[in-house]
Amino acid sequence: MTPRERPLSPFLIYRFDYTMVLSFSHRVTGVALAAGSLVLVAWLLALACGPATYERIVHIFDSWYVRLLLLGWLFSFFFHLVNGIRHLAWDLGYGFEKSHARLSGWIVLTAALIMTAAYAWVASTGHGNPL
Amino acid sequence: MSSTANKSGVSHWWWQRLSAVVLAPLGLWFMFSLLTLDVIDHSAVSEWLGAPLNALGVALFVLVLSLHSQLGVQVVIEDYVHDARWQRRGVLLVALVHILIAAVGVLAVIRVAAGGGA
Repeated sequence: MTPRERPLSPFLIYRFDYTMVLSFSHRVTGVALAAGSLVLVAWLLALACGPATYERIVHIFDSWYVRLLLLGWLFSFFFHLVNGIRHLAWDLGYGFEKSHARLSGWIVLTAALIMTAAYAWVASTGHGNPL
Repeated sequence: MSSTANKSGVSHWWWQRLSAVVLAPLGLWFMFSLLTLDVIDHSAVSEWLGAPLNALGVALFVLVLSLHSQLGVQVVIEDYVHDARWQRRGVLLVALVHILIAAVGVLAVIRVAAGGGA
């Protein structure tokens, strides 16, 4: 009598893979951006309140730790955007094979890093953008 | 999956994707508009936001962003908060905060566009 095939435990099927980290990163950056939307609205509110309030918020944005936060939000924005497009492609049934998912994962990370660096660079050379 | 996700799972899924598709171009437009602006200059930013098309774009951005953010954070809470009562409270709190974000954001845009921020 041959033994019946039994289902494997999940930890025997799913090997740890950096695509998992990437997938989780979509959530982390998403939650970070949700927090960032509070800053966006605070900025709009300060703009509506007039020059004096606006000057105060610009002054807060000018500190190094807020700049660091803005840089984090900037990366989160580009990562979530590009990785979101990757997710939409999956929803349409494209690129789901493991090798494709790995390749697109690297493309997403590289693109997000380049976009973040380019944006921060242009902002810092240009028009007094607080970044 | 939690009970709240099951009741309206399909529409939640669709709204999440639909808002994502709208947000991608809007977000890029907003970020690159910021790059061209002298953002520390109140009058320059006010003038930019005073243009009807820009005001409409930013208002739409804030609205769709709030919706997309609300749907996303709700799923995160439903996945990681297992206690049913705390999950309900969390989802409710997140919904209220997002309504507040959308309302304050849009009102601020309207005020600036109407010249109130000058």
